[in-house]
Amino acid sequence: MESWKQNKAVFWVTALPGVVWLLLFFLIPLALIWGMSFGEKTSIVDIEITGTLANYLRSFEAVYVKIIWKSIWISVISTAVCLAIAYPIAFGICFSPARWRPLLLLLVILPFWINLLIRTYALIAVFRTRGTLNFTLEWLWDLAFLDKLVGPYQPLELLYNNGAVIVGMVYVFMPFMVLPLYATIERLDRSYLEASLDLGASQWRTFFSVTVPLTMPGIVSGIILVFIPMLGMFLVPDLLGGTNAIMIGNVITDQFKAANDWPFGAALSFLLMYVTFAALAVRAFIGSRMKGGVGV
Amino acid sequence: MAKRKSTRGPLEYGKSPWLILFGIVTFIVLYAPIAQLIAFSFNDSKRNIVWRGFTTKYYAKAWNDASLVEAFVNSITIAVMCTVIATIIGTATALWLWRFRFPAKAAVEGVMALPIVIPEICMGVAVLVLYSRVGHWMRGFESGPIHWWNELFSIWPLNLGAITAAHVAFSFPFVAVVVRSRLAGFNREYEEASKDLGASEWQTFWNVVLPFMMPGVIAGALLSFTLSLDDFVITFFTAGPETNTFPVKVYSLVRRGVSPDINAASTVLIIITLVATIIAMRMQAPQKSEG
Amino acid sequence: MTKPIISIRNVTKRYPGVVAVDNVSFDIMPNEFFALLGPSGCGKTTLLRMIAGLETSGTGDIIVDDQNMEGVPANQRPVNMVFQSYAVFPHMTVRDNVAYGLKVTGVAAAERAPRVEEALEMVQLGSMADRKPDQLSGGQRQRVALARALVKRPKVLLLDEPLSALDAKLREHMQLELARLQQVIGITFIIVTHDQDEALSMADRIAVMEKGGVRQIAGPEELYEKPHSRFVADFIGKINLIDATVSGVSKSGVTCKAKGLGEVIVPHDGEASGNVSLAVRPEKLVLSAEPPASGSDISARGVIRDVAYYGDVSNVFVTCSDGLELAVNVQNDRAAAGLLENGREVYASWHPSDTLILQE
Repeated sequence: MESWKQNKAVFWVTALPGVVWLLLFFLIPLALIWGMSFGEKTSIVDIEITGTLANYLRSFEAVYVKIIWKSIWISVISTAVCLAIAYPIAFGICFSPARWRPLLLLLVILPFWINLLIRTYALIAVFRTRGTLNFTLEWLWDLAFLDKLVGPYQPLELLYNNGAVIVGMVYVFMPFMVLPLYATIERLDRSYLEASLDLGASQWRTFFSVTVPLTMPGIVSGIILVFIPMLGMFLVPDLLGGTNAIMIGNVITDQFKAANDWPFGAALSFLLMYVTFAALAVRAFIGSRMKGGVGV
Repeated sequence: MAKRKSTRGPLEYGKSPWLILFGIVTFIVLYAPIAQLIAFSFNDSKRNIVWRGFTTKYYAKAWNDASLVEAFVNSITIAVMCTVIATIIGTATALWLWRFRFPAKAAVEGVMALPIVIPEICMGVAVLVLYSRVGHWMRGFESGPIHWWNELFSIWPLNLGAITAAHVAFSFPFVAVVVRSRLAGFNREYEEASKDLGASEWQTFWNVVLPFMMPGVIAGALLSFTLSLDDFVITFFTAGPETNTFPVKVYSLVRRGVSPDINAASTVLIIITLVATIIAMRMQAPQKSEG
Repeated sequence: MTKPIISIRNVTKRYPGVVAVDNVSFDIMPNEFFALLGPSGCGKTTLLRMIAGLETSGTGDIIVDDQNMEGVPANQRPVNMVFQSYAVFPHMTVRDNVAYGLKVTGVAAAERAPRVEEALEMVQLGSMADRKPDQLSGGQRQRVALARALVKRPKVLLLDEPLSALDAKLREHMQLELARLQQVIGITFIIVTHDQDEALSMADRIAVMEKGGVRQIAGPEELYEKPHSRFVADFIGKINLIDATVSGVSKSGVTCKAKGLGEVIVPHDGEASGNVSLAVRPEKLVLSAEPPASGSDISARGVIRDVAYYGDVSNVFVTCSDGLELAVNVQNDRAAAGLLENGREVYASWHPSDTLILQE
């Protein structure tokens, strides 16, 4: 790596396009909205930046605290379920025959490349009242003669509740969790596991005392990678949650699209940004603490 | 006496029946809804549940829906423009960060990664605010000398420029990451050897560095194509009534309920993205054996 | 007669397309320092890992201290291993690493602590107990791996290429250290190595392996002086191998017609017929300007082609008639001074009893 002073022409030619674009279409917009989060509406269209904290304080009103709290716990549960599914999957792929690994990995992450909206829509067709799942359950119900014994099958209301949002979140984000886990488990030197077994530890003991601590950077990355977009998610609660499963993302969208209270929307989206920064700081901290030992 | 021991090795977790079963179930759950979506785009039934025979009439219906086709053309146009710009910028950024040491580099790298990590909705509303501000400001020139500017940007495809610019902003950092990870496997002695043999800076780049990083550039290009084509949230906030994209159009249809022509249109989009993704992954594959 | 601590009986392990371990049987005695020596891919590590229970699905029996290891998982075997990469857990301190094996098998804390301290003292790491592995040198990490295995008081300690990652000086030091430890603790060590010097200097007995099979098991001296095959002779140390054909066997020895030497008579106890190799170590050869005085010596006239100078000795390559090339180790004393010049005509000679006949 050379110092930028050695070749200033090349330095600026390669630096400027990205820096300028990021500045114009990312940093300045963020700065605008950050400023706006301290602003007040003076008329239908005009917003004055007055330095007020009212927008942030407003998010502590009971109705919004409830929504923020719900966004957090839905994201936490969904992240936990993602981890519980993704870890065994990543682990299994790492320990499968080498020639299968690329294919299995491709199969896991391929759905991630399918449009999120389309995947959510696909879930609606499965879970709606006249959807595949209810249809299958009804068929099983009739197969077991329960319609003769108990009465006709009552379709389950599977959509438009918190459960549906969690299922949707897990469905949509699970593949994303597998990637960082796979990357760390793959790099894990297997002789650590062998040494643990050789020293008398059981398989489970080895898993919790050696495998999990040594793959912690991947776990943390996966959690952050999945938790942040979940927290700001707008589509999944919008389509699967109906009106009674609103999350922060929906409130923000409302402020900009319907309620026209941009300063409040700006404050809410910057609350999300602050959480994101905090999460990144946590990752950096854990990363630096693990660094010496694991070399990640 | 020799006996056959059929026990699994202590680390052969890949052979654990429980893990295999778990994997199979997970794959089924992952793919079943998508498979169903594709299957029912060919189902000759409005009710969408029972198979009533093969048909392609929903594809014809989607094809004849002018607004859907327009949205589709818009999406592809934006994705292509975004890919070209994001690939150039992303590659330049990758080269920049790969090659140079400069003050506050870690901070720059952190900022470059921000579009990748922050929630999409934050970027969506931020870009919305930017464009409303610029629009507000531009209207001040409605009768002034820059009037032609406003005219110009209402002509297709330049009217898609605003969305494209936002798409470039979130996809070029991905391109930079992919290209840079490719460059990480580059032995800088090749570069030094080239210069030692008398090649200029530009000749070295063109003949040595560029061919090496090409798979990364192509993978990055396809990635930005897919990202742009798939984006809903940011487009949702920046699209005007004239500039609908396909995901935004599908969203408005989905809100009205499940219908087979959405399935048909979705299937087309799925196929386009999957082809782009698989090609991109093929491009990245040799990187492993070399690195 | 003492009972063996480990019996390997007809052990075979196949991978798709290769036989990694091919029907191997031998015994290892208590307190022995035993080496598995061979080139890479000869199956020595696989065999070691089978003893540890880290490779399964082979056939045959591995018996440790009268107990058949079939079906016994790695974590319940009375053996412990020092891994090639040491595998010292990076997220634990030195002390926690050493304590790990006791902790996971339910040894009470009160008993654990003194055993851990004792093990750390044994490898002279008492002062480093609270360090993390990334603060240790390679040699220190290896000693942690040793202490961690020894604290379990295994019946057999398995060492997989333990010295290969160390630099030459440290390796020599650790050879002595390992030999000393084995003496002090008095348990069986099985070491896997591809380095003949390592095996010769440390081990009581050495099994030389090639292509999954054991070619010869013997003490270092016997292995060097009386190799049974071309492979062992060539793998252990340097040796001149001369193609020859047996023409007759008598009481005084075997008469053969050797390449570049003509008819020679070599004392030999066993059978010999057909095509054989005459093997003679380079240090047994003597160079002289004149033909050797003793008529009974085997001798060849040749020209010095190359002299490689190593300080105390020189390796001299002599080209003789019939394309015979001989390597000779010459002490760099006064006698050698005028002799070692390229192109000079010399006589290379040795005593017939220093010659081995190796049947193919």
